[in-house]
Amino acid sequence: MSDQLVQIGGHGRGFGATTRSDNWWIGPTLTFLGLSAFIVYASWAGMQGAYYWADPYLSPMYAPLLFVDPTAPGSAPVDHAWFGTFPAWWSKLDGLLPGLPKRALSTPAALILIFPATFRLTCYYYRKAYYRSFALTPPACAVEGVRRGKYRGETHLLLFQNLHRFALYFALVFIVILAYDAVVSFFKDGQFGVGVGSIVQTVNAILLAGYTFGCHSFRHLIGGRKNWMTCDGGKASTHHRLWLGCTRLNGRHMLWAWMSLFWVGFTDFYIRMVSMGVITDLNTWD
Amino acid sequence: MSKRTFRVWRGDAEGGRFVEYNVEVGPGMVILDALHRIQAEQSPDLAVRWNCKAGKCGSCSMEVNGKPRLSCMTRISDYEPEQIITVQPLKTFPIIRDLVTDVSWNFEQNKRIPPFRPKAPGPDGKLRMWQEDVDRIQEFRKCIECFLCQDVCHVLRDHEKKQNFVGPRFIMRIASLEMHPLDTVDRIPQTLREFGSGWCNITRCCTEVCPEHINITDNAIIPTKERVVDRFYDPVAMLTRKIRGEDPARAREEGKVP
Amino acid sequence: MVDVREIKTVEHDVLIIGAGGAGLRAAIECSNAGLDTAVLTKSLLGKAHTVMAEGGMAAAMGNVDPRDNWKVHFRDTMRGGKFLNQWRMAELHAKQAPDRVRELEEWGAVFDRTPDGLINQRNFGGHRFPRLAHVGDRTGLELIRTLQDHAVHKGRLQVYMECKALRLLKDGDRMAGCVAVWRETGRFLIVRAKAVIMATGGGGRAWRVTSNSWEYSGDGLTMAYDAGAELMDVEFTQFHPTGMVWPPSVRGTLVTEGVRGEGGILKNNKGERFMFRYIPERFAPETADTEEEAARWLAGDKNARRPPELLTRDVVARAIKAEVEAGRGSPHGGAFLDIASQRTAEDIKRKLPSMYHQFKELAELDITKEPMEVGPTLHYFMGGIRVDPDTQASTTVPGLFACGEAAAGLHGANRLGGNSLSDLIVFGRLAGLGAADYIKGVSELPALDEDQVRDAIRWATSFLNRESGENPYVIHEDLQELMQTKVGIIRNATELSQALEGIAELRKRAENAKAHAASQYNPGWHEAMDLHSLLTTAEAVARAALTREESRGAHTREDFEGEREEWGKVNIVLRKLDDGSMEVRKLERDEPPEELAKIAFATIEDLEAGRV
Repeated sequence: MSDQLVQIGGHGRGFGATTRSDNWWIGPTLTFLGLSAFIVYASWAGMQGAYYWADPYLSPMYAPLLFVDPTAPGSAPVDHAWFGTFPAWWSKLDGLLPGLPKRALSTPAALILIFPATFRLTCYYYRKAYYRSFALTPPACAVEGVRRGKYRGETHLLLFQNLHRFALYFALVFIVILAYDAVVSFFKDGQFGVGVGSIVQTVNAILLAGYTFGCHSFRHLIGGRKNWMTCDGGKASTHHRLWLGCTRLNGRHMLWAWMSLFWVGFTDFYIRMVSMGVITDLNTWD
Repeated sequence: MSKRTFRVWRGDAEGGRFVEYNVEVGPGMVILDALHRIQAEQSPDLAVRWNCKAGKCGSCSMEVNGKPRLSCMTRISDYEPEQIITVQPLKTFPIIRDLVTDVSWNFEQNKRIPPFRPKAPGPDGKLRMWQEDVDRIQEFRKCIECFLCQDVCHVLRDHEKKQNFVGPRFIMRIASLEMHPLDTVDRIPQTLREFGSGWCNITRCCTEVCPEHINITDNAIIPTKERVVDRFYDPVAMLTRKIRGEDPARAREEGKVP
Repeated sequence: MVDVREIKTVEHDVLIIGAGGAGLRAAIECSNAGLDTAVLTKSLLGKAHTVMAEGGMAAAMGNVDPRDNWKVHFRDTMRGGKFLNQWRMAELHAKQAPDRVRELEEWGAVFDRTPDGLINQRNFGGHRFPRLAHVGDRTGLELIRTLQDHAVHKGRLQVYMECKALRLLKDGDRMAGCVAVWRETGRFLIVRAKAVIMATGGGGRAWRVTSNSWEYSGDGLTMAYDAGAELMDVEFTQFHPTGMVWPPSVRGTLVTEGVRGEGGILKNNKGERFMFRYIPERFAPETADTEEEAARWLAGDKNARRPPELLTRDVVARAIKAEVEAGRGSPHGGAFLDIASQRTAEDIKRKLPSMYHQFKELAELDITKEPMEVGPTLHYFMGGIRVDPDTQASTTVPGLFACGEAAAGLHGANRLGGNSLSDLIVFGRLAGLGAADYIKGVSELPALDEDQVRDAIRWATSFLNRESGENPYVIHEDLQELMQTKVGIIRNATELSQALEGIAELRKRAENAKAHAASQYNPGWHEAMDLHSLLTTAEAVARAALTREESRGAHTREDFEGEREEWGKVNIVLRKLDDGSMEVRKLERDEPPEELAKIAFATIEDLEAGRV
């Protein structure tokens, strides 16, 4: 901590100034480490462009598959991609950036990760998390942060945060896609079965749904924007019921955010390991 | 009975220092009891603001071991027996003396907010609204105006943007009016332009310190920000309104509250 | 020598001392009347003791039980007050309360709703029907915040916060304003006004176990009394039956009657529901006599009679005291108040959130699982400044008005729960109207008598300037101990006389109290100044209590048991004589208007059948 000049009221000034005697720094540090670890893993996994498919499992970081590179190991069959193989010019981009993994740009993940990333970036919970642990505005309650006097909140550069609801619209589409993928993961070569991977993918869809349907913007749009949520006569209305359900999820938005974040990473990791042959998936097919 | 050490800030706007007091503490005692004992036995002029001593009036706000607290609701036994307990005035507001600060700025903000104006009652002269619809605003009306949320809000506390931002207490006051089923005043443009809703970066300390456990951030501030988005930042909603020729401000004033 | 011209002086039409429910309601009315209005408060705006009121405000709106009307409310109030109330005040109150509550809603109060979307009403002690408009268990907060938010947008209304009135100023006989002191700076302020409204509440801080905050030092009563006003009914000090008893530091803190209204029952340490043994004859026909009937009432059976826990506060407080003295009390000397066995945890948290919170935080007790320990706590002054029922004007000092707890008359010998919040808004408004009407006849601002100002300031600064003297906190504690032991729930002549002797001694000590030199926000100084008010109030209570030789309502004399007919015909009135001594006088009550008497003495069946 920096020098704490004791001023009027006994309050220090400057970064980190506080009289708090508890371990206030643990929270932001854990958040910092957790988010950083995910970002590092997701970037690495996304840039692989390979081992994201282990029939019938598809990593959520690669869903939906728009283009595939059938030459990559552990890639999905071409007929799984919405638009077939990558155009040739695209695959050539990879050579332009030395030092990155081979398929860093021609990875199916590059096309779609931006949507969930934006959803989480503009999420009202994550904003708190990274404003505290990365931006240090403030690092913790009653602990002085950085940018003293220069802080502008969400009034200038960060105005884009107000578009969270548009990220939500995409996230809702993704819930449908991931749910579809979860269903598909129970069918191998047209035969129904259950594997650990199917369960992992199903849990992933559920956790993401729990996170998405507890979104603050969603809560506003489905009912919160209205002042008369009940029907006339105080009877329960669809608006009100939806709003109550969303409110319940919203109360644990942080928990859902972390669980779903971890599980997305874990799902990718699991499928990747199966695809690479490091571990064997337990299932009813083999 | 056992002795505990309290480090209490004594002084005024000119300056001051921490003074240590040893106080006999008994079962169930709260910080305010210890301060009263100091007044009665050691320093009768120790300035402390308090009224109800039951967590209902919100007068005895101060900072205990660096955290904004109501001193009447903070039990001494919550702190480790050997720990010295540091008691300071609020940081965000100008000091008057010892533990008392000048919180009059907050009262000025309240005056700026356009008051409640209900729509006309029904034919039987009675106003009707449903419990399910008022549950939300009743939560906000639990506020005891202790101003701990204002104290901890870093926009006011560290960045001193009192010119720009009214603080969580008053965004919540706006929310309680805006979400009132019978209200007919439109405060959303002012909320953005004058009351500074954009200055809040929803870091939630207001909610963490609220002694009434009001979920200020999730239930008041974010929904208010979302209403601001509806009006000013959502291009689709704005375009739709334009095409349909809707004017939300006028509709509200005519009592057509959705 | 103090130069009065150097002291900041402000001029207003009307000065209101106190910013609780009554003061703010009066201020709104004065502002509506176009008066330049000043409100003085010792605390910050919105912190007044009104916030402590929990259960609700009584108004016969009939939203829950359509059988309710003003007549039943009036009858309940008179019966609760043991027929010592001012008939006209009880009538005005019962008739006007519903409009005042609706008005609050129009100003933004958000009451709990009935299934029809109207203001919900709950049961309370002494009220025949569910009658208390409420917001969970924080109705007082809702009231004060609504009035506060409404008042700050009113024109020509200035609030002086943390400014303590020291003494009223007079121009001849009539009111001329007051001398006050800012707590923050210690500087004096002269407020000149044509009329003064006292809305200062009571004086419970003279007792050790009290639900009252420090503000309740009897300032208003004392200032008015010193200025020549009459005090009435001050022997009736209400002990609320349910205050917290443990831990010691919160002893006295209020536990709302709403707990019993929602079905809470009282038990002794043998597990007996003892209230069935304490039902007074007068209430027997309307009170359940078996647990089975009480349970039916709670379940909503309109034919069942009310549980005995909902008897008036004086009865319940005495019953708890009797149980404790018979050795059947709880471990810390109270009774068990059990809601956990009567309601689900979810219900309790929804209906009584602040009680849940209060016990959880202060006593580490979960009221949804365990019973609370409760005992009587000094709560309310039925008596106060004697006023005219219609205008709230002091009977003796022109230009002085009083409302709320500071005024006497509505509650008689005992107040029903819920009647105080409605008292504030009904009589706050009437006081405002009364003052506005009086001011019409006052063309010029009354003259300022500099000697009076100098005298007040000399007195106030004497505590600071003295070389040495006693710690005022110690004197206050001794007074609290004295009042607690000698002027408690059960009184007798010997103890009351001892109390008066004790008060006289404390007065001498108080005159020599010494406060630390700093005048800025110096609580010790204010404590020293408050002693005069506390002692005057205590003396008034003790003298009136010694005079009233009977037991009625909140006043119980073990040497004069039971109500005596002759005492039902008089109110006790106190006045300061020229030699500074306190005159005690029995004031013959007027015969009630025939129509009101019929309502008050009717059987409930006749009243409900519309036969009155």
